[in-house]
Amino acid sequence: MNPVFLARLQFGLTAGFHFLFPPTTLGLTLVIVILESLHLKTGRDVYRNVSAFLVRILGVVFVMGVATGIALEFAFGNNWSAYSRTVGDIFGAPLAAEGIFAFFLESVFLGVLLFGRGRISRAKYWLSAFLVFFASHLSGLWIIIANSWMQTPAGFRMEAGRAVLTDFGRAALNPSTVIRFVHTILGGWITGSLVAAGIAAWHLVKGRAREKAGLLLKTSLAVFVVAAIFQLGSGHLHSVQVTRTQPEKMAAFEALWKTQTGAPFTIFGIPDEKAEKTRLAVRVPGLLSFLAGFDTSTRIQGLNEFPKDARPPVLLPFASYHIMILLGLVFILAAVVGAALAARKRLADARWYLKLLVFFVPLPYLANELGWISAEVGRQPWAVYRVLRTSDAVSPAVPGGNILFSLIMFTLIYALIAAAGISIILRLVRRGLDEPATEKEGQSPPGGTVPSRGGN
Amino acid sequence: METWDLLRNVWFILIGVLFAGYSILDGFDLGLGVLWPFLASNEDEKKILFRSIGPVWDGNEVWLLTGGGALFAAFPHAYATVFSGFYLALMLVLFALILRAVSLEFMSHAGTRKKIWEAAFAVGSFLPALLFGVALGNVVAGVPLDARMEYTGNFFTLLRPLPLVFGLTGLAAFLLQGSAWAALKTTGELQARARRAARTMTDAVGIGCLLSFAAVWLYLPEALKRVPAWLCGALVWLSLGLLASSLNKGRDGRAFLFSSTAFLALWGTVGALHYPNFVRAADPSLSLTITNASSSALTLKVMLVIALAGMPLVVAFTIYAYRVFRGKAGTAGPGY
Repeated sequence: MNPVFLARLQFGLTAGFHFLFPPTTLGLTLVIVILESLHLKTGRDVYRNVSAFLVRILGVVFVMGVATGIALEFAFGNNWSAYSRTVGDIFGAPLAAEGIFAFFLESVFLGVLLFGRGRISRAKYWLSAFLVFFASHLSGLWIIIANSWMQTPAGFRMEAGRAVLTDFGRAALNPSTVIRFVHTILGGWITGSLVAAGIAAWHLVKGRAREKAGLLLKTSLAVFVVAAIFQLGSGHLHSVQVTRTQPEKMAAFEALWKTQTGAPFTIFGIPDEKAEKTRLAVRVPGLLSFLAGFDTSTRIQGLNEFPKDARPPVLLPFASYHIMILLGLVFILAAVVGAALAARKRLADARWYLKLLVFFVPLPYLANELGWISAEVGRQPWAVYRVLRTSDAVSPAVPGGNILFSLIMFTLIYALIAAAGISIILRLVRRGLDEPATEKEGQSPPGGTVPSRGGN
Repeated sequence: METWDLLRNVWFILIGVLFAGYSILDGFDLGLGVLWPFLASNEDEKKILFRSIGPVWDGNEVWLLTGGGALFAAFPHAYATVFSGFYLALMLVLFALILRAVSLEFMSHAGTRKKIWEAAFAVGSFLPALLFGVALGNVVAGVPLDARMEYTGNFFTLLRPLPLVFGLTGLAAFLLQGSAWAALKTTGELQARARRAARTMTDAVGIGCLLSFAAVWLYLPEALKRVPAWLCGALVWLSLGLLASSLNKGRDGRAFLFSSTAFLALWGTVGALHYPNFVRAADPSLSLTITNASSSALTLKVMLVIALAGMPLVVAFTIYAYRVFRGKAGTAGPGY
């Protein structure tokens, strides 16, 4: 089998699986910091107990992120040695910086978060929670820096076929870094907050732990509402950036075959790459041009301006991008309805809405993966945009059979981890928010339960 | 010396420091991961051993990820050659590390399937503890490379005497770290067993060093002319001697310290033997050295700023976390 295809499949599988976990961490740590802040301020145990429950879930999610992240740290050397040699002068530094500045901080204080309650003061425990939150976001920043450099490379020059760093600041803060960071972080907040809200809603539907569940629902829904609404703005700005800096990618997202002014936004369609046509297209005339420049006469480049061997595939990025946008709009709708119900203090009684939240939990994962697929497949045929082709980036020394073997092993191991991880998280959720908040916290006497002041 | 050369030398040392830091810190939880079935005689003791590493193993493992990232950034050709060249062996390490990472957390929640994750933790700790040394032995002994710096051997090329001896020595050193840590964090019967294990492993590391010396003498006689290698080798023996006496006196903190300095000195010895190579090639003119494998001077400089700004902080809060969890590990409260 074709090593390039196998190597891409393996990277897609391992990175796609990994990308389930860090966004959850981003959102969950935010909710945890809010709860810990409320606990610190009011001294009420109910906040601490709810936070302790989320910390238990975070422990499982985080460790799965760590485990699957190990493979990615070395994937560039394993399957993409030509890539590593060609752009290692720039691409390695953010990965190392992530370790030094962010991942150490995150991992060390997660240990404190999981095991340290009762060993340190409340203020120090709050600080640990904040540092895990802060470091997980910083970690995201360095990874987005590395990935954005592949999208919109800057701050380098080519020397004897190798990219050589000329300006670290420009390489790190390349034209897409900031907006992609904001977009990814908001995606994480939507994910983590919806997980927390879904868990809280499930408790309320079952009539369990009403006070704690109500509190968790309010807190997480507040994050969800803000993140979902701001995501509309960040998504818009990100699209404008793509239109400017990677026009063929936007042309693929929108299946825009020909350059035009008054370019339409295609709501639905089935792109046919051979015929260069979109079948069953439903279009809003002029909307794409308007979105790109607040003017329907904005000229948008179509795929016809790019040589065929430098165009991304169209069907997959088109479909992923559009379903992602649809999901984003669904989140906004859910956020607005939730905010309205909360404003009328009817959130806890709106059973239909609570059930909906539970069923919505998988959706942000789908949205994250689709956004990532749009971004990465839309970058093809380049590994680094207009610098290095994906087909030139693989390891010449690795036979296809070896990649196939490791691909099969990754699939089996990740299936095992996914099954075990999901069943453990579901068990933690089913045990519920009223489970004594003492697990692993070393604050209770041996075999003891929560002191009476902790129960409610 | 030109700035670029100076930076390359500094980064050769810093990469060594990161891997040595990994060996010392993750080394003890890796070693404990292999040893716990032999140390623990009941569920409570098992729990105590797991709890002694529970809060810190994850931060320890970041030394490996950072070391890998730093190698990628500072010497991308070395990273590319080794990880694509030793493909199947390093994939085994990755699979093991992945399973090991989840198993400790999963076993505390897994109920009836706990045994599976306990086994995964042991196997997942054993493979890296053995194979890291084999990989290091190969880059030191020399592997077939072509003019594009690509590895031209196969999986079985890696299984030669010097790398295998390095692998066993590394395994013994990891087990020594693990048993010295266990002695430090436990009491009573369990502690006595951990001390005995540490004593045995001290001898095992000593024998490993003698075999490694013989292998280097046979296969790389030139390297024995290097004075720093002899000095570091002497520090290994000094550490092992102090370690044995600390164990006999029941001074577990000092024992762990000397076990760590022995590991550090082992890295120093290998670094001194190997410098300025990263990957020795069967044809010496094709070797990857700090010169032809390195990044640009600017990248090395940026990386140095990052390391100098970040690593003191890392050391500071790592010390803080170890202080939070200082003292003997207990069984109080649920978990694992």
